Amino acid sequence: MSTALLYLNKLYLSKLNLAKWTPTQWRLLAQQLFFPMLGLALFLTFWHLGAQQINTSLGTFPGPVEVSQQWSNLVDEHRQETQRKHEFYERQEQRNADLLAKNPDAELRWRDYSGRPTFFDQILTSLWTVLSGFALATLIAIPLGILIGLSANVYRAVNPLIQVFKPVSPLAWLPLVTLVVSAVYVSSDPMFSRSFLVSMITVTLCSLWPTLINTSVGVSSISKDLQNVSKVLRLGWFTHVRTIVIPSAIPMMFTGLRLSLGIAWMVLIAAEMLAQNPGLGKFVWDEFQNGSSDSLGRICVAVVVIGLIGFLLDRTMLLLQSWINWDKSAVVR
Amino acid sequence: MSHTHLELTQVGIDFPTPKGPFCALQNVNLNIAKGEFVSLIGHSGCGKSTVLNIVAGLYQATTGGVLLNGREVDEPGPERAVVFQNHSLLPWLSTYQNVELAVKQVFKGKKSRAEMREWIEYNLELVHMTHAMDKRPDEISGGMKQRVGIARALAMEPQVLLMDEPFGALDALTRAHLQDSLMEIQSDLKNTVIMITHDVDEAVLLSDRIVMMTNGPAATIGEILEVKLPRPRNRIALADDAEYNHYRHQVLSFLYEKQRKVEDISQRRSAEKPQATVEATQHQQEEPVQQKVRAQA
Repeated sequence: MSTALLYLNKLYLSKLNLAKWTPTQWRLLAQQLFFPMLGLALFLTFWHLGAQQINTSLGTFPGPVEVSQQWSNLVDEHRQETQRKHEFYERQEQRNADLLAKNPDAELRWRDYSGRPTFFDQILTSLWTVLSGFALATLIAIPLGILIGLSANVYRAVNPLIQVFKPVSPLAWLPLVTLVVSAVYVSSDPMFSRSFLVSMITVTLCSLWPTLINTSVGVSSISKDLQNVSKVLRLGWFTHVRTIVIPSAIPMMFTGLRLSLGIAWMVLIAAEMLAQNPGLGKFVWDEFQNGSSDSLGRICVAVVVIGLIGFLLDRTMLLLQSWINWDKSAVVR
Repeated sequence: MSHTHLELTQVGIDFPTPKGPFCALQNVNLNIAKGEFVSLIGHSGCGKSTVLNIVAGLYQATTGGVLLNGREVDEPGPERAVVFQNHSLLPWLSTYQNVELAVKQVFKGKKSRAEMREWIEYNLELVHMTHAMDKRPDEISGGMKQRVGIARALAMEPQVLLMDEPFGALDALTRAHLQDSLMEIQSDLKNTVIMITHDVDEAVLLSDRIVMMTNGPAATIGEILEVKLPRPRNRIALADDAEYNHYRHQVLSFLYEKQRKVEDISQRRSAEKPQATVEATQHQQEEPVQQKVRAQA
């Protein structure tokens, strides 16, 4: 699907004039569109037929039709909620204006709207959390990876720890992180909510490994010749890292970053479920606890959205890679 | 050209292996005058590159040492610039930026921005690469990359230019072209050059002296041949020149008779009659020279 999109993109960019398309181009277009469509159609058919056979305690498993209905329900809910929020603030504005008109010294109260977060609010929260966790992981993993890659002794010291902590599931980290955060992060006016910190740190702990490992491998496999060039030029340590080490490790770094972002997104949903941090994970959990006849459909919507966002995050990373990477000939997919 | 510029004294190196130290090189003694062009020639694995790396400071000699202008060489540095066999340009920098990296490092605080720019362009001009200043290494041919590699080394204004098989990875025509360029530059700049080569013609054409190395392990200098051909040298005129062919013959006979790299099969044969082989090589060695000279006359 993704390659198809890229390909179409290329086709449109190169030949906007449809009238001049050759039969080969039309055939390629048909191939690129037809097979993905065929796959999608087959999947929807099997889903539709299969779903009717499964009876759960919450009714029949939702098929594509029910799920798309739930999607529009969620969109409607969001619209209504936005409307209500808008009206609330208008009323508040009006009330305060009235108060000021009667008495210029009146004490005004401004309240935040405290409605239930909608599905789309949850998406934004999730994105914010995952990007913070991922950014923190990157800030730790890249410098550490460079140090590990540069020195065999640092590698020897750190490698056992990496190997042990890398496979730990987010579910195992979560209780520890929860307790540590509530013990350490005590503030009367917290900048971040605790649940946010817990999910974010869990995401960081689980997602930093691929970047760390790939960066260190990228750094340690710099060509001997380039290292010799650096020695002959007597480049200082920082210049060496900046001009030789980082550019040569960039392709590997991005491989790591993409893996990390994928993991971060997967871990986030689990972390949000358990940490009760507002977000898609909490949305799924709440619907599961809610147990209405719509719940399964809504969870299915969440599943599809989670998948699509994961895909978009990966594409964004690729875009960033093709923008930053000096090796434009590198196969990007 | 009289006083000694670069001096290698009793240079030897042992590489540690699990079975104990492996002696790759021993008793290398060589004095090189300022402005001299010296080639190192020998079979693969004979330690030519090791000698060069010791002079560059990338390896430390186990015994003996290297003096440049009376000062000991103990670390790499830009006054002993190296042209590597596979160009070693940074692939993420343009041609200009690759040379700039070296110039900025060497002339930091000594040249102004404008002077640096001029100097970079001057060096790219020397190797005829000004047309591709903004191209990345993967956008230019192998020969061009090697030219840029030479420009980068020259831009460091080195006291000794070290070239590790600079044209080894190029096709014959490009190689000839670059050799001519190098001779042209050399006649202008009069650099002291040590060049490693496999190519007998290249060695004779370019060098003032050819240092022939024996086979390893424990390789050392076998013979030194002084090439007294007048400069500028022209490859076409020299192709028929008796003196040129005489030099060429001497190098060839050193490489393929005295220091023959014994293959598995020939090894078994020569093991049967070692004495006879040695005699035969010594005999062959003189005869073809006389024939050649006669033919020329």
